[in-house]
Amino acid sequence: MTEELKNIVIIGATSLIAEHCTKLWAQNNQLENIILVGRTKLKLEALANDLSIRCPQTKISVIEIDFSNTKAIQETVDAICHNHRVDLVLIAHGALTNQIECQTNLNKILDAILVNASSHVLFAEAFASHMEKNNHGKLVIIGSVAGDRGRKSNYVYGAAKGFVTRYVQGLQHRLATTNVKVILVKPGPTDTPMTADLKSKGLALAPVEQVAKEIVKGVDKNKLLIYAPFKWKIIMLIIRHLPYFIFKKLDI
Amino acid sequence: MKIQSWGRLNTCDHDSKSLSNRFDLSSEITTDTNKIKTPALAYGMGRSYGDACLNPNGKLWLTNALNKLIHFDLLNGILECEAGVLLQDIQRLFVPRGWMLPVTPGTQMVTVGGAIANDVHGKNHHVFGSFSDSLINIQIYRTNGDIIDCSSRQNPQWFAATIGGIGLTGFIAKATIQLRPVKSPWLNTESIPYESLEEFFNLADSSEKDWEHTVSWIDCLSVTAKGLLSTSKTKARGIFMRGNHADISHLDLPSEKNSTMPFTPPVSLVNKLSLRLFNEAYYQMGKLKAGESVQHYEKFFYPLDNLQQWNRMYGPKGFYQYQCVIPREHGLLAIKELLAQINLSGSGSFLAVLKTFGNRPSLGMLSFARPGVTLALDFPNQNEKTLELFKTLDAIVKNAGGRIYLAKDARMPKEMFEHGYHQLGQFIPFRDPGISSAMSRRLMGF
Repeated sequence: MTEELKNIVIIGATSLIAEHCTKLWAQNNQLENIILVGRTKLKLEALANDLSIRCPQTKISVIEIDFSNTKAIQETVDAICHNHRVDLVLIAHGALTNQIECQTNLNKILDAILVNASSHVLFAEAFASHMEKNNHGKLVIIGSVAGDRGRKSNYVYGAAKGFVTRYVQGLQHRLATTNVKVILVKPGPTDTPMTADLKSKGLALAPVEQVAKEIVKGVDKNKLLIYAPFKWKIIMLIIRHLPYFIFKKLDI
Repeated sequence: MKIQSWGRLNTCDHDSKSLSNRFDLSSEITTDTNKIKTPALAYGMGRSYGDACLNPNGKLWLTNALNKLIHFDLLNGILECEAGVLLQDIQRLFVPRGWMLPVTPGTQMVTVGGAIANDVHGKNHHVFGSFSDSLINIQIYRTNGDIIDCSSRQNPQWFAATIGGIGLTGFIAKATIQLRPVKSPWLNTESIPYESLEEFFNLADSSEKDWEHTVSWIDCLSVTAKGLLSTSKTKARGIFMRGNHADISHLDLPSEKNSTMPFTPPVSLVNKLSLRLFNEAYYQMGKLKAGESVQHYEKFFYPLDNLQQWNRMYGPKGFYQYQCVIPREHGLLAIKELLAQINLSGSGSFLAVLKTFGNRPSLGMLSFARPGVTLALDFPNQNEKTLELFKTLDAIVKNAGGRIYLAKDARMPKEMFEHGYHQLGQFIPFRDPGISSAMSRRLMGF
């Protein structure tokens, strides 16, 4: 059985998937600390307030930070790890990229890479060193099924998430002989504000409660890779292996 | 986005916008009046059966991410929260701390905003009234930019228009709710089979004093037209259920297990044959199991939440629910007539509920609950045949001075609505011109 969580850090805490995972962890564990890190203080505080009602025994703190500022990230992570023995870090933020805009505005590509890839890696790397030193902790990073194969409808977002996938692979390799667990989550399209555009186009989205449940279950079991919902493991297996002459005909 | 309501009668396209942050609401809701081409509507869990939650080809404000608790006073049981919070969330969080929502409907998978907009009722109407009776305060955002705080004391007219106002007076953003104390999640319950409507009314009346929760399942095919003319007791069988909150701590909590109706069967599983068989079996089982028992509140209040997406069982054509309330003085006769007509048609469903409301008026201008007796019954959609039956039922309800529940309705004619809801004239001035639904267009013309 896995050990009880005490101190958890949620990066991109106001993302709906993160919110639901946090609620589940708070429900299933006697948490001492939840540290919420994000980009907008007002939203973080509303969430902190909500969590403090749900789990009055837990101390909730809020950190607002610029996700492109490497110095701030390093200092913040150092401070967190100095004050707490961190059991779990979830890196969950993201913004679905508009592919068409990227094709006409190069700045959008940079934004997409920052918010969906490089900032994840900056946080992960900063935490990884502390966890390695402590020989303790779980680092959970949210990627996407979109990172499994580049497709014309969203390859900039997909490339950013593909970058995260390769990064996690390497980090897993580096920490394989330690007690630190590095876990990659690949959610399928999930019903969150991030995907509201997909939803308005009529795409079937997985309920966020279900996705969060599967993530929490997978993290509990220390899986290296979690597809949530599970069916995406099979769907992406097929998509990854489709021969190009068929793949190129698909409008996906 | 394609959206259906709970009755699954049709699927319509909506332009949806997820609202996730209460600090941005003003800019999201405020609409330039010159630009109101497509009015919007708030959408929570989509549990209203008909078209109250639909706005085909219009805009929907999705509230599922507007789910934050804002403040909780443990000493007095006062909860302030955003409107997208689920009743289930509140119950599961606060029952272990000794507090519970005073009034909840037959499902806890609805949002606070939806419960207010439909001013839902539960099994304890004679004690706690409707959902809105436990509201201390609500806040609505109007599309003209106004933010209105209201309660039965502050802006009472806005309050009366908004509760039960099916979301048409503005966007319900947050609410402060007075919870009620409970000692445990358990109820002492008793179920009693009855064999006539007179017996049902006697049971309901005699239970009011000592029992908080009362409800009954009724076999919708048990009253024949023949019985109408005779003066002897009307054969109508059902199972009467009543319950009180208990102080029990030694029982193990039930494990959370629920199943999902995995697909929509090609035809309705509820039909003439299965209905008679089921009702017979259910009644006989109920008779066998009659008596006292201890039940967990989730099982007693929300039995259908255990089968997710049970609405699929009526097949691809969907279903209607007909729920009416009849003033008490005409109750017996009207219910008799309604059941006789339903029996004659041979349709209906085993999901049929008969219950009395307490002697207290509702606060909302368009609230449904009122003193009297309410009958709720599903009907698989059989197109014209079903609609014809409803016309007959409407006539009985209208004659008896009753009305139909907006949260369930998908088809009542305008004049039936006007006849049942006397305060409609008072309500109209409070409507938000930037908000409209399929139901409001059908029943109010805009």
